[in-house]
Amino acid sequence: MTLHQLWFGVLAVLFLGFLILEGFDFGVGMLMEPLARVGSGDPESRRRAVLNTIGPVWDGNEVWLITAGGAMFAAYPGMYATVFSSLYLPLLAILFGMIVRAVSIEWRGKIDDPKWRRWADFGIAAGSWLPALLWGVAFAVLVRGLPVNAKHQVHLSVTDVLNAYTLLGGLATCGLFLLYGAIFVALKTSGPVHDDALRAATWLSLPVTALVAGFGMWTQLAYGKTWTWLVLAVAVVAQLAAVALVLSRAHEGWAFLCTALVVTAVVVLLFGALYPDLVPSTLNPQWSVTINNASSSPYTLTIMTWATAIFAPLVMVYQGWTYWVFRQRISADRIPPSIGLARRAP
Amino acid sequence: MNVVDVSRWQFGITTVYHFIFVPLTIGLAPLIAVMQTVWVVTDNVAWYRLTKFFGKLFLINFALGVATGIVQEFQFGMNWSEYSRFVGDVFGVPLAMEGLAAFFFESTFLGLWIFGWSRLPRLIHLACIWIVAVAVNLSAFFIIAANSFMQHPVGAHYNPKTGRAELTSIVALLTNNFARGAVSHAVAGSLLTGGTFIAAVCAWWMVRSHRGTGDDDARTMYRPATILGCLVALTAAVGLFFTGDTQGKLMFHQQPMKMASAESLCDKQTDPDFSILTVGRQNNCDSLTRVLEVPYVLPFLAEGRFHDVKLQGVRDIQRDYQHRFGPGDYRPNLFVTYWSFRAMIGFLLVPVLFALVSLWVTRGNRVPGQRWFSWLALLTIPSPFLANSAGWVFTEMGRQPWVVAPNPTGDQQVRLTVAEGVSSHAPGVVVTSLVMFTLVYGVLAVIWFWLLKRYVVEGPQEHDAEPAPPTPPGADEIAPLSFAY
Repeated sequence: MTLHQLWFGVLAVLFLGFLILEGFDFGVGMLMEPLARVGSGDPESRRRAVLNTIGPVWDGNEVWLITAGGAMFAAYPGMYATVFSSLYLPLLAILFGMIVRAVSIEWRGKIDDPKWRRWADFGIAAGSWLPALLWGVAFAVLVRGLPVNAKHQVHLSVTDVLNAYTLLGGLATCGLFLLYGAIFVALKTSGPVHDDALRAATWLSLPVTALVAGFGMWTQLAYGKTWTWLVLAVAVVAQLAAVALVLSRAHEGWAFLCTALVVTAVVVLLFGALYPDLVPSTLNPQWSVTINNASSSPYTLTIMTWATAIFAPLVMVYQGWTYWVFRQRISADRIPPSIGLARRAP
Repeated sequence: MNVVDVSRWQFGITTVYHFIFVPLTIGLAPLIAVMQTVWVVTDNVAWYRLTKFFGKLFLINFALGVATGIVQEFQFGMNWSEYSRFVGDVFGVPLAMEGLAAFFFESTFLGLWIFGWSRLPRLIHLACIWIVAVAVNLSAFFIIAANSFMQHPVGAHYNPKTGRAELTSIVALLTNNFARGAVSHAVAGSLLTGGTFIAAVCAWWMVRSHRGTGDDDARTMYRPATILGCLVALTAAVGLFFTGDTQGKLMFHQQPMKMASAESLCDKQTDPDFSILTVGRQNNCDSLTRVLEVPYVLPFLAEGRFHDVKLQGVRDIQRDYQHRFGPGDYRPNLFVTYWSFRAMIGFLLVPVLFALVSLWVTRGNRVPGQRWFSWLALLTIPSPFLANSAGWVFTEMGRQPWVVAPNPTGDQQVRLTVAEGVSSHAPGVVVTSLVMFTLVYGVLAVIWFWLLKRYVVEGPQEHDAEPAPPTPPGADEIAPLSFAY
């Protein structure tokens, strides 16, 4: 295996780390408002119970994206340059979403005022729905290919970004993250919020299964390799297992792991469909951005391999430890009172 | 407007904006760690209250630093894709390392610190804030090592086959002499910011508390914290002086155009005077009137000697560059480099004066109650922020028109102008994003300022008066939360 090939795998793992962790963060953000409104109990305590399931970890989860971006820059500068300049506007929307979400989560409890919280809740919702949808669109756009010219530049038209396949991709990731988030909330809470999260997962399970299967099938038929059939099969089996576990109200931990496996399989399917291209050219296959023509020099890739081999396992250990420290469930009736300040000084 | 100008404006606005929050993060983190350490070691609850008080201010600020930092990671590819292609092999490495070795530590352990009060054992919880403090400084190292490659490219060569710069030595890249100076300079600037912030906020509270309730918070809590902040700020200022001097001497050799422009030195001169005030009708060498000058300073800044220092002027270097790199305008904006350099130094003096005044009015065992002093404290707070911004505006604008300035003693092919590095967007697209960034960032800045002000004015809170009793996870299935968003 050459370093060019190895780094395709490393990049896939970094994006996988991002989507597998931030996936349920997005789901939690999207479900915060709906879960507060249904069921019994004070909506504000329910909202906070849902939000605090990701409280200590969401920021660390997001670093997987930053690192994936940095690694793409270092390992495949050609890909970094082409992808981010051509998908300028969708990426901008994702960035604004993530900016607004970050400050909303961090600032929400700082002021004890209903209007203030409504704005923060809007920021969290918008900052979760938008990226959840747009990451699916973005990956589908990449797999489908862009009008890359011989100089690896792209002159984009709207239909390159928005078409039936990419929209299905967006809906599939959005739906999958909703289900994933609902199961995560069920795993991390107790009491009425827990029951309602499971109910939400139940409602979501069939439509999400249809969306994921549809998107997976389309990807496989149009862009897949022979071996990715196996990946698609894993995705479908894991999805069905997750649905069965949700419907039977059985072990939530296993349901969560099965959904995480679905996310994994979808990411592997997308990257598998892409390989060995990084950005396939729809104009001429000769012009595609590939792992060979867009990669860094062997020296740089070697350095990056060492850095990743040392730090990535370490990151997994201490992030894993964080999840262990905050392993207990959260209950809406045990949420401490808000310590935010009043809007005006008394 | 062409796409280069709009893209430069966008990069400038997003980056200067990002670096309002970052120095406060980098400077406050180690100082909060110190406060918490003093509390853990001495069990003096005043330091616990200070830790909680500044911890809240730190988190309000940290959120916006992180949020605007996401943009930084991606905008090289978005707006400077030709630059990214040309230098990615080199420049991407420190960026990726920053994520792996700094951001992960910083974000994960900050989450543990925020939610881990009374959950984690005291010493482990203390270790969390120290890890955050080290990690934020490490991230400063990596990103400035990357920036230093743009100022003074080392550890790389030009590969004609791939048509780009390629890394030849990671050690050379990370030990770039420009980077060593720039990192220590930026960290000292951040400590100045953090130290001044703590000193000023506590000085204001010391006066208020002394005049008001008459409780002994002024003496037991605000006074020691003010003194701590002042000592840190003064030490940082000395550090800034020496690191800045090193930087200046390096730049006279590595980027002579930047320094000539900063001194508005237009023609070759032996032992030129240092200019304090220059007025020009146009922003170029032809209309300059040098109003106020002092001898000896400039030769010393450049070479460390007072005599026999020959310095090239902007016009000489322009001729030389045209000869070496072909026709073109290699002069940075004279007005901006000249004044940003002076603004940087000028704004540094304000916190230094404030720190000296503070140490004077708190001398012996005094607790000051003068109103003018508390006003002085508040007025000092913006200065280090402005000095930080001015310094970056100077060093980045002085690099123009280069995005990778040629290294006089390195591979001459490792160079790129800003115009060559830009993505070929339609200007309208970038104008749209520029307007959106300005609006969103503007609103967020207002909220950031208002939140900080609200929390500063409120002071240390009632519920933080005593450390909560430890609540280890135990066997309970439901978490006993001591803090929740």
